[in-house]
Amino acid sequence: MSSNVPSDPLVCLEGVRFAYGEREILQGIDLTVKRGQVVAIMGGSGCGKTTLLRLIGGQLRAGSGKVEVDGQNLGRLSTRALYAMRRRMGMLFQFGALFTDMNVFDNVAFPLHEHTVLPDELIRDLVLMKLHAVGLRGAQSLMPAELSGGMARRVALARAVALDPMLMLYDEPFAGLDPISLGVTGQLIRRLNDALGAASIMVTHDVQVSLDLVDYVYFVSNGIIVAQGTPEEIRASDDPFVRQFIRAESDGPVPFHYPAPPLESLLSGVAA
Amino acid sequence: MNALAATLRRLGAMTIDGVWRLGFAARFSLAVLRYSGQSFLRLPLTIREIYFSGVLSLLIIVVSGLFVGLVLGLQGYDILRRFGSSDALGIMVALSLLRELGPVVAALLFASRAGSAVTAEIGLMKTTEQLQAMDMMAVNPLARVVAPRFWGGVISMPLLAAMFSAMGIFGGWLIGVVAIGVDDGAFWSQMRAAVDFRYDVLNGVIKSFVFGVAVSWIAVFEGYDCQPTAEGVSRAITRTVVYSALAILALDFVLTSFMFRGI
Amino acid sequence: MSRTTLDLWVGVFVALGIGALIFLAVKVGSFSDVSSRGSTYVLEATFEDVGGLKVRAPVKSAGVLVGRVGSIQLDPKIFRAVVRLNINKEFTFPTDTSASILTSGVLGEQYVGLGAGYKTEVLKDGNVLESTQPAVVLEKLIGQFLTNKTEAPASAPAPVPAQ
Repeated sequence: MSSNVPSDPLVCLEGVRFAYGEREILQGIDLTVKRGQVVAIMGGSGCGKTTLLRLIGGQLRAGSGKVEVDGQNLGRLSTRALYAMRRRMGMLFQFGALFTDMNVFDNVAFPLHEHTVLPDELIRDLVLMKLHAVGLRGAQSLMPAELSGGMARRVALARAVALDPMLMLYDEPFAGLDPISLGVTGQLIRRLNDALGAASIMVTHDVQVSLDLVDYVYFVSNGIIVAQGTPEEIRASDDPFVRQFIRAESDGPVPFHYPAPPLESLLSGVAA
Repeated sequence: MNALAATLRRLGAMTIDGVWRLGFAARFSLAVLRYSGQSFLRLPLTIREIYFSGVLSLLIIVVSGLFVGLVLGLQGYDILRRFGSSDALGIMVALSLLRELGPVVAALLFASRAGSAVTAEIGLMKTTEQLQAMDMMAVNPLARVVAPRFWGGVISMPLLAAMFSAMGIFGGWLIGVVAIGVDDGAFWSQMRAAVDFRYDVLNGVIKSFVFGVAVSWIAVFEGYDCQPTAEGVSRAITRTVVYSALAILALDFVLTSFMFRGI
Repeated sequence: MSRTTLDLWVGVFVALGIGALIFLAVKVGSFSDVSSRGSTYVLEATFEDVGGLKVRAPVKSAGVLVGRVGSIQLDPKIFRAVVRLNINKEFTFPTDTSASILTSGVLGEQYVGLGAGYKTEVLKDGNVLESTQPAVVLEKLIGQFLTNKTEAPASAPAPVPAQ
């Protein structure tokens, strides 16, 4: 299924700018994702990664520039058309965002109940298949509060792929997971992407896991893309930003200090 | 000069902010009304919310109604006895409950019992990104989450107020007739002669309906509009209770002045 | 909670609520058919002084509720208050019926009392009651009482004229 999909771009961003009020978050982003690809967007906290993901999901509209998904400009779509588009997208939120008033089964069945008129038995089979794919078929009657963080994220993943999306968006899929859950989640993302023949965009700052499983990486800093390439290119890169990020150095192009006047002037000012 | 400019600037900012919020609130209510049809088509959603805001408020409403009635019976008897008209106890208890105390106290209790719960629930759903997740699944949270809760509250409120009044009258009867010994026949017949269905009962129902709309609207709006943090949710809950109480009392004054003008 | 228990509880809740409404409507209140248009006719009466009479105040005959006050207006020519009474069609009154404004209890509300006459013809819609008695205004009574006292200091206090 994944072998014969055409490799035309599914997601295409051109010169995208975005600002919250007067605070510019994104200052001209160009980015393409092809079908079948898993792409990581990396960068420090607060650099606009999540904003980028929301633009692709159509939750925010770009100030200028163009966000195209499957050939349609999201900025021009009506709410109805946007919703039609979103039925073909799946999004995994940072902490899963499971509906806390429903059990695991109903959470996964939710998009099926909302968007299809399938008979209950068929929905049941589909849900159990999705849950089986994430290894949690046995947890179907648990409530979200009874799940560990990693399990909750896997359930959310099953829910996100319930309608077999063409595009998967992941917001920090690895945050707060223990190493085992982290490995499991990473493998699941790759496996589901290949099985669905979909494209996946993952916002993360977990370098090592991501580099092992993605096809392409974009580095975002201060609202622009500072580096991009395949994992091999990134590992070999001598770009100072990429090096700082991969080696987790505390100071470098991403400064340790939030912009402030020099400490000396402040101290002498107090002394005076 | 600077201070003046700063004050003016703050005033300007407050005005702009206020107008913006007003516009947002108006758009929000229009959207909720627009998507209400969908939530009525899927009745189980609204029934679920009637359970949460109505059935779960039943106990507090019934118990409070009973106690308010008991107190009205005692106080009313004490006052009416001085004028030798303790037979009018039924009138006093019934009219004060039907016209004022029933709708108002039931609405205040409803705001703090059900309104705050609705705000907390929607606020937490927002904080934990459940609303966004729903939106990303192409399910409109206004139709799926907000509208059923709004209508659940609107439907529950008049029923709760009626139960409150009925329990209150029962409480007044307990004190007046059973405990003190006011004549049973006089209690009911005087009450029936003085209480008019259209003028007193129906106006009370209209009041409670208006309060139901106000409280439910404030509750869903504050929940939907809250800052998505723990502090933001707690503030939103506080605002729901405070604004609901103010809205109920202010609306009560307006409605009373229209309904019971008694030229 | 399963759908069926939820539905059951909501059903119980709605039934209780409607039950309470019916209780309020039937046991506590009464449908005042006297205030609806079709089943009443109008009688007019002019009073020298209506005192504290209000619109919707009861109209009673021999203590039985027979209607309600529809409107109170001042006739600008004769400077008397014109009171329209909506009377239930069940009740008819002789043409020599008199209307007086009475008070229930010492501080109670004021109402219109109809004293039936003896004639055989009955009043019809829009007829005017000829004989009326104004309201007893407490201030006037007290004023009268004081004047009596000052005018005849030696004599015993004049009894309050019964109205």
